[in-house]
Amino acid sequence: MPKNISEKKFSKADKYVLDEEVAKIVNISIALEMPLLLKGEPGTGKTMLAHAIAENLDMPLIVLNVKSSMKLVEALYQYDTLTRLNDSRFGDSKRDVSNIEEYIKMGKIGQAFTAEKRTVLLIDEIDKADTDFQDDMLDVLDQMEFDIIETDKTVGADNRPVIIITSNSKKDLSDPFLGRCNFHHIAFPDPKMMRKIINVHFSDISSDLAENAISAFYNVREVDSLEKKPATRELINWIRALQTDPDFKTKKLAKGNIPYLGVLLKKSQDYAMVQNNLNRRRLF
Amino acid sequence: MFINFFYKLKEVGVPVSPTSFLILHKALAKGLINSLDDFYTSSRSILIKSERYFDLFDQVFAYHFEGVEIPEYNQAEIDETARALLEQWLKDPADIARALGVDESVLNKLTPDELIEYFKKRLEEQTERHDGGNKWIGTKGTSPVGHSGTHPGGMRVGGVSRNRSAVKVAMERRYKDYSQEGPLTQAMMGEALKKLKNLVPAGAKDIIDMDETIYQTMKNAGEIEIIFKRGLKDRLKVILAIDNGGWSMDPYINVVQSLFNHSRSRFKELKTYFFHNTIYDTLWTDPGRRKLPVSIDKFASKDPETRLIIVGDASMAPYELMSRDGSIYLTNRSGMPSIERLKSLSEMFPHCAWLNPVPSHMWYYTHSIDIISKVFPMFELSLDGLDKAVNYLKAK
Repeated sequence: MPKNISEKKFSKADKYVLDEEVAKIVNISIALEMPLLLKGEPGTGKTMLAHAIAENLDMPLIVLNVKSSMKLVEALYQYDTLTRLNDSRFGDSKRDVSNIEEYIKMGKIGQAFTAEKRTVLLIDEIDKADTDFQDDMLDVLDQMEFDIIETDKTVGADNRPVIIITSNSKKDLSDPFLGRCNFHHIAFPDPKMMRKIINVHFSDISSDLAENAISAFYNVREVDSLEKKPATRELINWIRALQTDPDFKTKKLAKGNIPYLGVLLKKSQDYAMVQNNLNRRRLF
Repeated sequence: MFINFFYKLKEVGVPVSPTSFLILHKALAKGLINSLDDFYTSSRSILIKSERYFDLFDQVFAYHFEGVEIPEYNQAEIDETARALLEQWLKDPADIARALGVDESVLNKLTPDELIEYFKKRLEEQTERHDGGNKWIGTKGTSPVGHSGTHPGGMRVGGVSRNRSAVKVAMERRYKDYSQEGPLTQAMMGEALKKLKNLVPAGAKDIIDMDETIYQTMKNAGEIEIIFKRGLKDRLKVILAIDNGGWSMDPYINVVQSLFNHSRSRFKELKTYFFHNTIYDTLWTDPGRRKLPVSIDKFASKDPETRLIIVGDASMAPYELMSRDGSIYLTNRSGMPSIERLKSLSEMFPHCAWLNPVPSHMWYYTHSIDIISKVFPMFELSLDGLDKAVNYLKAK
């Protein structure tokens, strides 16, 4: 058994309500040294999970936010040609212009590879990039090394990072990609789970407020054909808004009155639809 | 070990690869899996790569480790109905008792599990005895509990699995709503339609390509060389024609239309038209198909690069398609059979597709579908079908 497995296991985190199933899957992925692909609706805590793992296992977290136009090289390293040009023209820095390596900066994946201790590498929203990016990246993660073309050097991982990949997309990623990952789908938390999550974030919240807010929240989520359903993040912000309002009474929620609807819904169409819905409910 | 389990998964249609099976064994050999619960979570996360197969996996797992039958279609239906009955029962016990013809107090003594069993038994008896009748079990009947009703619980997934055995969890089928069998939802269609983003470089080279500029400047030994590139423009124009005539199309019209409207910003232009069954001389811009007719001949002046997407079940009497005066509307008498109109449309717009909500394995049985699919490339209105259609339409 490799020695890094004997390290402690991922078991709990301060600001994250952990499902036992998820913990098991995380641990087995760490042990098998495989990237873990997390899917699920926005707001199911995919990104939070990576933060929780880093916190719990006491490893630094490196986040690679994938963008649609991103090329793989950017995630690996950057050759800072501009600084080199500047240095060569004006020569007012201490860098050695003839040494290319001085101008190579590590990207997020490169940082994770070269870090002194084992890190958690979160590759967020991989579905934004095209399939080539995804497949190429998995090759790098599989081999745990990449080449720097400019200096003809190979960068290998000193410590194999714990890799968490998230995807919002309902479509499947490509087969070779999936073949190299473990997979888990996080379902949207049910009200009971949500209550626990709220308690973690608001330790002093009254149970009256929490319950009413959560049930109002799930009612809003149930309105048909919302373009963007409110997620956990919105609920937390919303409760924060309710708490800061001195005039707010919990009774209002029970009556189907929803103040600060704009915190929950970000699209004007959705806003109008829910508003309509509420007005109608109040009439009957 | 577990080879049968692996092959059973393959057999029911879950895509599992031998590589991942080996990885599972690696995990077993390393002593990472110590209980059936562990095996359930780890094997799922290692073998199954999409939540759409979670449900099937659950079923196979329960079958393999507990000998639970993999439900046939009928059985699943009965389960479903029994569950619906239980929910109805919770809401209004008297109603169900009356429907079953038993005393409410008898049922009151049963636990929920026993109740489900009881309902199931009753249902099985009932299906055997009067199939297709209009008794309370009958499909689409007048009873409050027939199985064609929508599921009262709606989307029922998730939940926490603490303190329960893996088999129980598997048997719950928590991921049923994610499985592929279900009807097309808005979210799923949205996914498929995202592919319609057809980015084609067009127009003048008027945007500075920063990366290339820097690169070329470097190559030039530091002398600034500015490189321009073409802006990316979304040039796709779309004409959407929807059959909103018959009841057969009703469930799909809203979904299709709202989705295309949502993605309107992605197209340069999106026009929606309506027709009933098939296209004769005109398409209508108003859903009532009365006020705003547009002659088909006018479409000839449109950009031939426009993508024409027709949504319809293509099911009608053959004469509606082939006869000179086939239209079921008396005002539509131009002397040109509909099939000719369709042909000329498909010539006007080489990039066209027909989306059909009828499942593709049924197409063979309807003559008119057969004819139309020879004129228009036809795709099923399902996630897979949409995918194919979008890929087809994207092609130059």
